[in-house]
Amino acid sequence: MALKVASPKLSFLERIYVAEVFRGLGVTFRHLAKNVVNQSDMPTVQFPEQPKPLAVRHRSRHRLTVRENGQPKCVACMCCETACPARCIHIVAEESDEVWIEKRCKTFEIDLLRCVFCGYCVEACPEDAIRMDTDEVILVGERREDFIVGREFLMFGKGDDWKTGRPAEVAVPRPGDPEAPPATPDEDAGWRDGAPRERIKIPAGWRANSKEV
Amino acid sequence: MSPVVEMSIAAGRAALVWMIPLALLPLMIWAERKVSAYMHDRTGPNRAQILGIRAGGVVHTLADVLKLVMKEDITPTHVHRFYFLLAPFIAMMVSLMTFAVIPFADVLHLGDNAIRMQALHLNVGVLWIFSIASFGVFGIIFAGYGANNKYSILGGLRASAQMISYELSLSLSILGLIMMAGTLDLNEIVRMQGEFFQLGPIPIPKWGVLLQPLGAVIFMTAVIAETNRNPFDLPEAESEIVGYHVEYSSIKFALFFMAEYVNITVASALVATLFFGGWQVPFLDTETLIANAQQVVLGMLGGMALVSALLIIPTRKWNKTLARLYPNDLRKNEANFWAIVLLLHIVGALGGIGFFVANPITGTSAHVTAAVIQFLTFMGKLLFFGFAFVWVRWTLPRFRYDQLMGLGWKGMLPLALLNLFVTAALVLLVQ
Repeated sequence: MALKVASPKLSFLERIYVAEVFRGLGVTFRHLAKNVVNQSDMPTVQFPEQPKPLAVRHRSRHRLTVRENGQPKCVACMCCETACPARCIHIVAEESDEVWIEKRCKTFEIDLLRCVFCGYCVEACPEDAIRMDTDEVILVGERREDFIVGREFLMFGKGDDWKTGRPAEVAVPRPGDPEAPPATPDEDAGWRDGAPRERIKIPAGWRANSKEV
Repeated sequence: MSPVVEMSIAAGRAALVWMIPLALLPLMIWAERKVSAYMHDRTGPNRAQILGIRAGGVVHTLADVLKLVMKEDITPTHVHRFYFLLAPFIAMMVSLMTFAVIPFADVLHLGDNAIRMQALHLNVGVLWIFSIASFGVFGIIFAGYGANNKYSILGGLRASAQMISYELSLSLSILGLIMMAGTLDLNEIVRMQGEFFQLGPIPIPKWGVLLQPLGAVIFMTAVIAETNRNPFDLPEAESEIVGYHVEYSSIKFALFFMAEYVNITVASALVATLFFGGWQVPFLDTETLIANAQQVVLGMLGGMALVSALLIIPTRKWNKTLARLYPNDLRKNEANFWAIVLLLHIVGALGGIGFFVANPITGTSAHVTAAVIQFLTFMGKLLFFGFAFVWVRWTLPRFRYDQLMGLGWKGMLPLALLNLFVTAALVLLVQ
């Protein structure tokens, strides 16, 4: 269907451009002069130095919630892995030590580069074991493998996969222990300290599984 | 003058003329970004730094050049190699060569020697500019044709059609001025603009823009089209259509990019020379300047000290802002750095005043001083028009291709011809 565009009638002065051009130049110059003299009205936010407050319902990097005995709440039901549209979660289950829990996760890996931060894993979890409330939105790494984060990292913000490639000796927090590490990741600890990261060994099964996708 | 001295003077002039556009290049690119940012209420580039010194984003240009130089230089296998490699060099060379005839100060008399402040003194300087500038279209045609790609060649055709169309109005628009000046020598045209005509008791300098207002408007419009800048930047229009330099990468692309900015410099120099008095300091001709060199220099140094002193005040407030924004960063010292630089300016200016009071400027040094002041005036005008190019680009929307051709052939060409006839008639009447 042809679309009829109504163009405004231009006066003679407007049709010879010159006066209108100078009017436009005046507008841009006003902005320029205003911003040279005083930059405080600019809406620009100098982001990393001036972080904007995150929305109440935002979704940031995942974390695994922890039981009082220091084990993840995850019971390896695979609901999140199934719900994940990006297929970025990979869980290997094992039998739990505790009598009232049948399974737990042996490894729990999230490829943060594949993750689309949709939050379906959080919705799918019947145990409230995974949440996206770390407030971490800047994720930095030098290799793709850096972004495949594992169980310890997701629980404590540091640990095996991201930093050293081998399981970290995580102190198991007990109730009443004054030195207990926080359950939410400590911002200063793992992310931006600039320490060189070693290469991470990718579990053999991970690659094999991801190829099918 | 011995031949060696003559040769070295010629080499010096040539070097100066080649250095001006190249040295202005980073400044122009910086202005393009920063001015556009401020016009859009953005902050613009402010990240790249050397030891915390960001210089308002100038360092970004350095980073840019490094990036472009270090990128892989790809020559696709399907191109016509000769034309493909030749095109960026033509674009760059042509822009630089045009600058050769621009006078940047009056003839400098040292003893018995007259040194012309042009790399190339031609009594047909205007013709040189048009003949060399029309070579510029070859760079574009070769780039479009040599890339051996249907989009490139369409872009090249579009660009060359535009440049050829606007070259007509460009040449016709200054014929009137040439008639009034009676010469094609650019230095003579500038000298003519130092004269006055009386409007009652007020003397008004005979600047080209006052003698030929219509010619000046047409010239400035056409020159924007010639340099392929907005609102006539259809040849590039990188965000919408494919232009003639799609296949270029790395330093070859950078040459086209640089040629655009050198073109702006040349065009600004031309506008300043032809229509805004070139190196003429308003109301001060060369003889007055030489006679009063002492006072002018003292005034300039005093002004410099004053401006620097005034600029130190905002750096104190800026220092607080930086300390709040970047507490753990080298950048927090930047305001202090500039305050020190400004202090050094003041010290230098005051020392200069002391020096020139003790040793008054006379004789040969007065001639040199006059030339330097004229050069600075010329550079000031050039920088203003360089800014105007950026200003126009970020104000106006782009023309559609048919509008572009309509404006060129149906609007500007008849107007330029009309201007020419009216001027010719007036010149005849006055004679």
